[in-house]
Amino acid sequence: MTRRTVARALVYLSLIAATVVVLLPLVVVLLTSLKSEREMTRSGGALSLPDNLLNFHNYVSAFRDGEMLSAFANTAVILLVSVGGTVLIGSMTAYAIDRFTFRLRKLVVALFLVAALVPGVTTQVATFQIVNSFGMFDSLWAPIALYMGTDIVSIYIFLQFVRSIPVSLDESARLDGANAFTIYRKIIFPLLKPAIATVVIVKGITVYNDFYIPFLYMPSEDLGVISTSLFRFRGPYAAHWEVISAGAILVILPTLIVFLSLQRFIYNGFMRGATR
Amino acid sequence: MTDTTEKAAVKTTTGAASTAPSPAPAPRGTRVWRGVTPWLFLIAPLALLITFTYAPVANMLAYSLTDWDGVSPELRYIGAENYAEIFTREDLFRVFFVSGYYLVASAVQIVAALYFATILSFNVRFRNFFKGVLFFPYLINGVAIGFVFLYFFQDGGTLDSVLNLFGVESDRAWLGTPVSANTSLAGVSVWRYLGLNFVLFLGAIQSIPGELYEAAELDGANRWHQFRHIIAPGIKPVLTLTVILSISGSLSVFEVPYIMTGGATGTETFVIQTVNLAFRFGKTGLASAAAVVLLLIILLVTWIQRRLVPDDKVDLV
Repeated sequence: MTRRTVARALVYLSLIAATVVVLLPLVVVLLTSLKSEREMTRSGGALSLPDNLLNFHNYVSAFRDGEMLSAFANTAVILLVSVGGTVLIGSMTAYAIDRFTFRLRKLVVALFLVAALVPGVTTQVATFQIVNSFGMFDSLWAPIALYMGTDIVSIYIFLQFVRSIPVSLDESARLDGANAFTIYRKIIFPLLKPAIATVVIVKGITVYNDFYIPFLYMPSEDLGVISTSLFRFRGPYAAHWEVISAGAILVILPTLIVFLSLQRFIYNGFMRGATR
Repeated sequence: MTDTTEKAAVKTTTGAASTAPSPAPAPRGTRVWRGVTPWLFLIAPLALLITFTYAPVANMLAYSLTDWDGVSPELRYIGAENYAEIFTREDLFRVFFVSGYYLVASAVQIVAALYFATILSFNVRFRNFFKGVLFFPYLINGVAIGFVFLYFFQDGGTLDSVLNLFGVESDRAWLGTPVSANTSLAGVSVWRYLGLNFVLFLGAIQSIPGELYEAAELDGANRWHQFRHIIAPGIKPVLTLTVILSISGSLSVFEVPYIMTGGATGTETFVIQTVNLAFRFGKTGLASAAAVVLLLIILLVTWIQRRLVPDDKVDLV
């Protein structure tokens, strides 16, 4: 009996330790973001509480000087277009592959499958030349095209769902005179809602957080997305940890809100998306 | 396996059904139209796939045999020289050793994720809170994580302050020497990615039917036995997949070290080096060869995984 109690206590102890390890760095940054410049130099240590818990001065500087407004706007545009495109392209691909038998179908499937094995980071040097030759370098189109590119994970998720939609639905619609496009638009697409939610979440978080692609393809300052704009804090604020912290919290906050409101869907989305 | 055969059976019957009701063969125009329809759906995805995946791979192979600088109009063929350079120049080769730190970190990460997934799939108070806390770092922006941990490892930053609380007088630059810098960065990687492995394992464990545990408990199995004989075999496919993803992940680390140290003090990883070679020093040919080497290693690792665990889940058809 006592052994069991000890085991339970150890389990909780490990969970609490993990919670501290995860939250401590974040909480300290939150505290730092609320301190004034003078408090920072007074060196009360990183763990000390700020004098005024409602001192949002640093947030104002970070938001204004870091041009976070245009960063959020750019991110929003890229996010909307590329997530919308991914949903459209993924569902069309899945529909065509699952509902039609045509010559070269096996080859098409193989092309998508093999592409899944090529990690994006390895081909970036050559991809850069192609994006450049289209004149998309240093424009919002570069990340949009690359994100839409071909997201194998989303195609796979859609394929799973298209398969679960009974073919008899297509057939009865066809007897009523619907063509393939009407069937896709009126029957398949609406029934894919759960899959669309999954893809929107997984893809949305990936795009919001990506640093590599916007960093390489959009060096202009006015084309900053949230990652690259935040990255630029390094230079001008090098020693001003209170402003950098405020910027970091500004970027994390939307993620936290989305996570808390959609928790269950997010877990499911990642389980479905990542296991492939 | 049975699923595919069933699928094939369904396919043929539906194919027959769609032609059966029409009394006369469809007019020529309709038949052509029907043959074209799938391609109308596939044209955009295929164009993107070829432009942004296959064309780059082909170009990359070609560039890797030249000494191209990325700008000049002419490419000069130099054979396998770039490859020879990668494997003989010690400063280029060194980045592989940096991956070692991340490989060790991955092992720690998988064990910890497995532990937390196991205990949180049983009845624990505040389960959803702990789940959320463990998973959340995975969703945070990489640049923000970089800054959070730059401050964490700063002189007089979070880590030093915590150690002071426990009376440990630490006066060291955590990112100052190659060993401690790489260890610190690998630690950040564990902090960041533990949640993903954890959620994958949790999902796999939850798909194991609950009666198995009950039956095992009746037979007198304790928690360790249950883990050893029910959970571990039950999640084997996810476990191997995670190992593979970790290996290719360890080889392609970029974001956090680039943001935190810029690759200084011996923390340069393979991808940082490739990006620098191509975009800073204009050595597109050499960078392409390096990328080809990385791609080949990752394909090899994936191939080994497919051999070890024949994965029947990856049938796209």
